[in-house]
Amino acid sequence: MERYYQPEIECASREKIKAIQDEKLVRQVKHVWDNVPYYRKKMEEAGITPDDIRSSDDLHKLPFLSKADLREAYPYGLVGVPLKDCVRIQSTSGTTGKRVVAFYTQHDIDLWEECCARAIMAAGGTNEDVCQVSYGYGLFTGGPGLNGGSHKVGCLTIPTSSGNTERQIMFIRDLNATILCCTPSYAAYLGESMKEMGLKPEDIPLKAGIFGAEAWSEEMRHDIENTLGIKAYDIYGLTELSGPGVSFECSAQSGMHINEDHFIAEIIDPESGEVLPDGEQGELVFTSIDKEAFPLLRYRTRDVCSLSREKCSCGRTHVKMMKPKGRTDDMLIIRGVNVFPSQIETVLLNKGYPANYQIVVDRVNNTDTLDVQVEMTQEMFTDNLGEITARQRELIEGLKSMLGIKAQVTLVAPKSITRSEGKAVRVIDKRKI
Amino acid sequence: MDIKQISVFLENKPGTLNDMTRVLTEHNVDLRALSLAETTDFGIARFIVGDVLDTVNILKEAGYVSSLTPVVVAEVEDEPGALNKVLQVFTDHSINVEYMYAMLGSREGKAYMIFRVQDSMKATGALLTNGIRILDQESLSEL
Repeated sequence: MERYYQPEIECASREKIKAIQDEKLVRQVKHVWDNVPYYRKKMEEAGITPDDIRSSDDLHKLPFLSKADLREAYPYGLVGVPLKDCVRIQSTSGTTGKRVVAFYTQHDIDLWEECCARAIMAAGGTNEDVCQVSYGYGLFTGGPGLNGGSHKVGCLTIPTSSGNTERQIMFIRDLNATILCCTPSYAAYLGESMKEMGLKPEDIPLKAGIFGAEAWSEEMRHDIENTLGIKAYDIYGLTELSGPGVSFECSAQSGMHINEDHFIAEIIDPESGEVLPDGEQGELVFTSIDKEAFPLLRYRTRDVCSLSREKCSCGRTHVKMMKPKGRTDDMLIIRGVNVFPSQIETVLLNKGYPANYQIVVDRVNNTDTLDVQVEMTQEMFTDNLGEITARQRELIEGLKSMLGIKAQVTLVAPKSITRSEGKAVRVIDKRKI
Repeated sequence: MDIKQISVFLENKPGTLNDMTRVLTEHNVDLRALSLAETTDFGIARFIVGDVLDTVNILKEAGYVSSLTPVVVAEVEDEPGALNKVLQVFTDHSINVEYMYAMLGSREGKAYMIFRVQDSMKATGALLTNGIRILDQESLSEL
């Protein structure tokens, strides 16, 4: 049975959703014009005033915001309320440059936590569940967001935060945790650790997992589902917009419903900025229509995906975004070819290799090199050198047909690739360009 | 009749073999014979020990992946032509040698050769009928 946190909104008619968006967008544009000089200047440069935005149909007239704008406006330039009305900040890890600091009023925190609550209930959660939040707590949005959502649903919340794998497993088993929230790479690691302890899926009380904050493949989902004996749900979000819960998966597990009463999504051509029709791949752009402290209009996420408005079997009416192929930030350009780590992961898992891998990119004699490092496992190992190298060649072939370029495959010692407790470090780019 | 050889996956870079021998040293494991096969990025260390199961567990504890492979250990005279004699038997029976290496023993005038072949039973039979002594796990400890 499908569960909803706010069925009247999650399953509202398209007309009602459009009416909510129209009203909130007009109000939000006015709010930004009045209170965010940085964006007002952009609007003026584009020759736009709030009067030009009468409904969500006019959204495309507004100028874009990019990560570069966030850096330029750091720290207060995009804040839309007096600081006395803000109650919290959250911040990105800063892996792709300067940290982003996002501000929240109490209203902003409430709506963010509501979004997370919707995600937990879509994964089957109720107030009878025990929800272990193994995302990091602190500046990272993962822990605080799911923690708040879990409270709103009424789950017994175990705020383990990240790290200390033994303790994580102890709590899951001793307190019968039924829902696990963490990054997919950490879920895979927990699964691997429990398997090593001799635990079978039926010995693990978990029934569902809500995993996000990094790109992961369908194959990785199957792996996690099988080792932990759960259903694994994807959740999506960005600190810039609030955090996890901007969109989330339902029982259909075929794309993530965007919380359209809070965020309007568009797909654009990253080159021209033109809005693309549903179903087409492009860069995902979000407008937060309900945030007070950090109201971003047409924020370019750099995530590449498509939208689908096909009727969903779960009963929700909000638009679905397909799993992003990767963030344009994650995208590697190797010998002129675009390569996403998720594509490499798909090939590895298809060929029976573990999900723990590292991609090392370098430049030797002015040519880019791509080395995929994979750990040897007990199952793969044999005394026959020829058999191992044949499998290695087969993997190289598989990568070549997926990526279109030749990659090298290096087999490394078991457990030699560092396990991550937060976002996995998949790519090491040694090129000095 | 055959002896179980332990094969261990090692990365082909400085120190990895030493790391493994350190583990074996800490557990007082005596290597009776050792051979290495390598590619540019990884290698396989193959060796013979007295207590196979114990050693496999020690390696597993230390995080190594390993496998057991049956090998045939032949005792030959330590004199010119002894290896030739064994190989002639293999040739006569169309037995292909995948790899081979030598082992030290303390018996005067004897040498030991370790063979990996597809069919250990067939190789053992052929050698025995030609009067060549084959070692088993038990006789290994007497050397």
